[in-house]
Amino acid sequence: MSTFVDIVASVGLWAAVLRIATPLIFGTLGALLCERAGVLNLGIEGIMTFGAMVGWLAVYHGADLWTGLLVAALAGAVFGLLHAALTVTLGLSQHVSGLGVTLFASSFSYYLFRLIVPLAGSPPTIVPFAPVSVPGLAGLPFVGPVLSAQTPPTYLAVLLALLLAYVVFRTPLGLAIRMTGENPHAAEAQGVNPMAVRYGAVIAGSALMAVGGAFLTLSAFNSFFPTMVQGRGWICIALVVFASWRPGRALFGALLFAFFDAFQLRLQTAVDGVPYQVFLMTPYILSILALCVMARRARVPQALMQPYRRGER
Amino acid sequence: MTETVLEIDRVSKSFGDNKANDAISMTLGRGEIVALLGENGAGKTTLMSILFGHYVPDEGRIRIAGADLPPGKPRAAIHAGIGMVHQHFSLAPNLTVLENVMTGTETLWSWRSEAGRARAKLKSLAERFGLAVDPDARLGDLSVGEQQRVEILKALYNDARILILDEPTAVLTNLEAETLFATLKQMARQGLSLIFISHKLDEVMAAADRVVVLRGGKVVAERRAAATSKAELAELMVGHRVARPVREAHARGEAVLEAAAVSVRIDGVDRLKEVSFRLHAGEVLGIIGVSGNGQAALAGLLSGTLARSAGDILLYGAAIGDLSVAGTVAAGIGRIPEDRTREGAIGEMAVWENAVLERIDEPRFSRHGLVDRKAAVAFADAIVRDFDVRGGGPLTRTRLLSGGNMQKLILGRNLAERPRILIAAQPARGLDEGAVAAVHARILDARKAGTAVLLISEDLDEVIGLADRIQAIVGGRLSPPVSADEVDARALGLMMAGAWQKEAA
Amino acid sequence: MRFERREHRPLALIVLTPLLAVAAALALSGLLIAAAGAPVLEAYWRILVGAFGSRLSATETLTRATPLMLTGLAAAVAFRARVWNIGGEGQFYLGAIAVAAVGSQLLAGAPGYLSMPLLLLAGAVAGMILLIIPLWLRLRFSVDEVVTSLLLNFVAVLVVSMLIDGPLKDPLAFGWPQSQSVPDAAMLPKLMARSRLHWGFGIALVLAFVVHFVQSRTVFGLKSRAAGLSPEGAVFAGVPLARTLLFVACLSGGLAGLAGAVEVMGVKGYVTTDLSPGFGYSGIVVAMLAGLHPLGVVLAALFTATMFVGADGMSRALKIPTYIADVTVALSLITMLVAVFFAQYRIRR
Repeated sequence: MSTFVDIVASVGLWAAVLRIATPLIFGTLGALLCERAGVLNLGIEGIMTFGAMVGWLAVYHGADLWTGLLVAALAGAVFGLLHAALTVTLGLSQHVSGLGVTLFASSFSYYLFRLIVPLAGSPPTIVPFAPVSVPGLAGLPFVGPVLSAQTPPTYLAVLLALLLAYVVFRTPLGLAIRMTGENPHAAEAQGVNPMAVRYGAVIAGSALMAVGGAFLTLSAFNSFFPTMVQGRGWICIALVVFASWRPGRALFGALLFAFFDAFQLRLQTAVDGVPYQVFLMTPYILSILALCVMARRARVPQALMQPYRRGER
Repeated sequence: MTETVLEIDRVSKSFGDNKANDAISMTLGRGEIVALLGENGAGKTTLMSILFGHYVPDEGRIRIAGADLPPGKPRAAIHAGIGMVHQHFSLAPNLTVLENVMTGTETLWSWRSEAGRARAKLKSLAERFGLAVDPDARLGDLSVGEQQRVEILKALYNDARILILDEPTAVLTNLEAETLFATLKQMARQGLSLIFISHKLDEVMAAADRVVVLRGGKVVAERRAAATSKAELAELMVGHRVARPVREAHARGEAVLEAAAVSVRIDGVDRLKEVSFRLHAGEVLGIIGVSGNGQAALAGLLSGTLARSAGDILLYGAAIGDLSVAGTVAAGIGRIPEDRTREGAIGEMAVWENAVLERIDEPRFSRHGLVDRKAAVAFADAIVRDFDVRGGGPLTRTRLLSGGNMQKLILGRNLAERPRILIAAQPARGLDEGAVAAVHARILDARKAGTAVLLISEDLDEVIGLADRIQAIVGGRLSPPVSADEVDARALGLMMAGAWQKEAA
Repeated sequence: MRFERREHRPLALIVLTPLLAVAAALALSGLLIAAAGAPVLEAYWRILVGAFGSRLSATETLTRATPLMLTGLAAAVAFRARVWNIGGEGQFYLGAIAVAAVGSQLLAGAPGYLSMPLLLLAGAVAGMILLIIPLWLRLRFSVDEVVTSLLLNFVAVLVVSMLIDGPLKDPLAFGWPQSQSVPDAAMLPKLMARSRLHWGFGIALVLAFVVHFVQSRTVFGLKSRAAGLSPEGAVFAGVPLARTLLFVACLSGGLAGLAGAVEVMGVKGYVTTDLSPGFGYSGIVVAMLAGLHPLGVVLAALFTATMFVGADGMSRALKIPTYIADVTVALSLITMLVAVFFAQYRIRR
């Protein structure tokens, strides 16, 4: 029992929670934005992979870290454009299109990476984001050390969640996005162009996903390797449901999830006799449980996964 | 003549080979209510969609107060002061009333939403036109009548000067409809101009100043409401009227299907409440009511797709538990579902597959789990021949059939088996006159042959023409039956409004 | 611009669609090869030679096509009934580990005629179980099975990793996480001498025809198609939706599990966590390229295997990463989606 308390009371745990949560926050917000406009984006896993690769590659070739994030965002936007073209213009199955984007984006990033960085004994590295301490906050007991261990993108993620919550619920644009996800015909009848809204949401959302991926190579680690995204994208899709499509709850959900993840990592070393794989399974199983609890309760955007064609009902 | 606010000038629009609108011209004056009268498929909705910028016309133009309206741009139409109240509401159930109204009214790239000002404007509009509704209610929690008010308020909020209402009474009770017409007249007096689309002669005569009649995509006549009659309008609308078959008197047989205080609960809501009826061989029992009052639950219960939560069902005099689909089919109950494209037939499957799917486990269509395709195709072929299904054979994809022919297929697969009971939900909805007459004739033939028919319909003319006895369904409850020969349309209207419940109380 | 449904689809169009899609995918990845500074046509020629240039390479391609045919069939069967089984990868691994577990423990001394069918069955059952979970969650809680079946892929691989690190660990593998081997008696016989091609290829080919027969001739095929096309229509016609979808899940999960079983019993003999280079995911592409037709799956699996096997030699010669095969296969899924769309719709103005 005391091990549990020791773990929960450690600065290291809470610092890890924020670090683990950051890519999930970006990814979940991105997926949430797409789904609020009515488009399920299963391209997320591949887009995060590509973001991780291309952000790293930019920095490896001399760009600064923020430029790396920006490059990742732009690349994500391009894949978002592809997904939007398939699902919005052509109205294809959002499931299958998303999987296609994921398969393409991940294999394309491995291809590019291998082409530019030939196989070597140890993978090349970059200098990642350094932790920053915010004046005023750094002095606080417990909270100070936890925050001082964080890099700028983590702060960005939290701010972004608040910003998105404001935009979605308090601005005319947010209302247009929600209406498009609920009833695109009504949106069109009110003079909002649902196609344009969906394109915009999917492109912007995909950019966020890619930034979440880039956090992995530019802050959490310092190199890129295939399969490093490890299903984080799919977890984000589950987190959107868990969050009932609300940005604030998405932030909370990602943190809660990261807490369990950080906790199990520390439990692995503290508890003997249980195979480490059992601990590694928990994030995936937790996601499935979250889906089961929330799926019936949440108010799903009514037009999610429904293609919109003008004049067709 | 008052000033002209809207002018439609020789507008044409084709879909493939089908000319939905053929050089249509009409005008609308300030403060005027014009009814656009026509049957399903006459081109009313297409014309209004063009007016509202959903479609681009092939030819012709539209002028608002003398200025050309750019085609295909809903935003331009809103700007010009056109407001549309759709038959299927263009609303989002998960958003609030205010949010539904406000969507698209502000510039998208603003950091602030003027919700306070919008709420005030909405409230003042609601007061001015007598359209009370709570701005912060979740839309999905409102009644259908209230939702329609939101649709109208949405148009008014956008400063609409011209209001188009597409079949506004389709989902309302008679009483609600009368309230609506009073509201419309009040709006016209305040200088708004209205077009309402309808195929119901009564309401056209009651509410409109002028009537424009469409048939086959063309304007066939224009009359002042005061200078015409229902009879004339009916003839104009239908053209050469196809006579609907008439029910002949004959003796009914014994009771074959009875419900005793049956309730059906779906997701915690009672959709049917202690419903009782007795259906006899050789009669048509009509169930009338405004859409959404439990018809779907009643049809589902008797078709074997829904289970009861209380009460008893007696089939041929014996109490049975719940009906299952297989059980109903085996017991000789024919079923015509309300929505033929969703439940009645699977569009992407072949005609023969749709013909036999509900009977595929019978030994004549399958053995040891293998489909006897030859027998199934032959069965479908017989239906196509006997029931005059046109536009394809047994191997055609069902989606390619027209609505009327799809309905003949569904009717055929049931009647070919000479059912003892037929559950028909909205069997003629959305069909053209010729197809309606064909469907009605088949139902009356079945009645003559001794089949007990339960007819669930929202079309009073249909029920009066076919039914021997009539019960009304209101809020999931059934009224006591009345004999069709003893009631008129007005009495039926009162039944649909639930007047019998007050008497009983 | 507006799209209009084509009312009649000529047969030629249906046959041409996948060919055009593959051609477009090859052209697009050709751009990537060219961008890497390699000659495109030579690259494709080398892929073709690498896949079919010799007896060895041809049998190797067929060997590689075997699990792809099975995972492709698994996806096709499920997608036809609108069961979105994206968990082929996990089902493959569970099928594989079930074979290793049962084969090395329970049936270690059994004769081949007994152990072979039982092991194939064990693999299939393991795959079934993994797909029944997401289907049950969908029916019970209305949870989208796409996400759950995807997440279970990771769980399945971790289960495998746990077992080959623990109770099933091969003590002779010098510490490598590798399962104990299936006894030689239970290994599928070779189809051709001096090659890795085994009877699993025959099994997959036969199953493609069996699945085709089931879908086109049986009551179950008719009902599962109805359930997929229109759940409401199917329920109205008395098709028991849950039971039908459960059968579909058993068939689909079973086929994917069988893929894992066959790969272990035909090629490797033991299980590692890199047994599958994404057979489950590629199976989805195979199924889509085949237009969900069981016999089309055979051809689509051959195309995919050609890319993967041929890319190895091409990669060595032209210094193009082998991942170009994955890129081409992924692109062919996207181009196929677009091609199918334009086979169904035409552009109006």
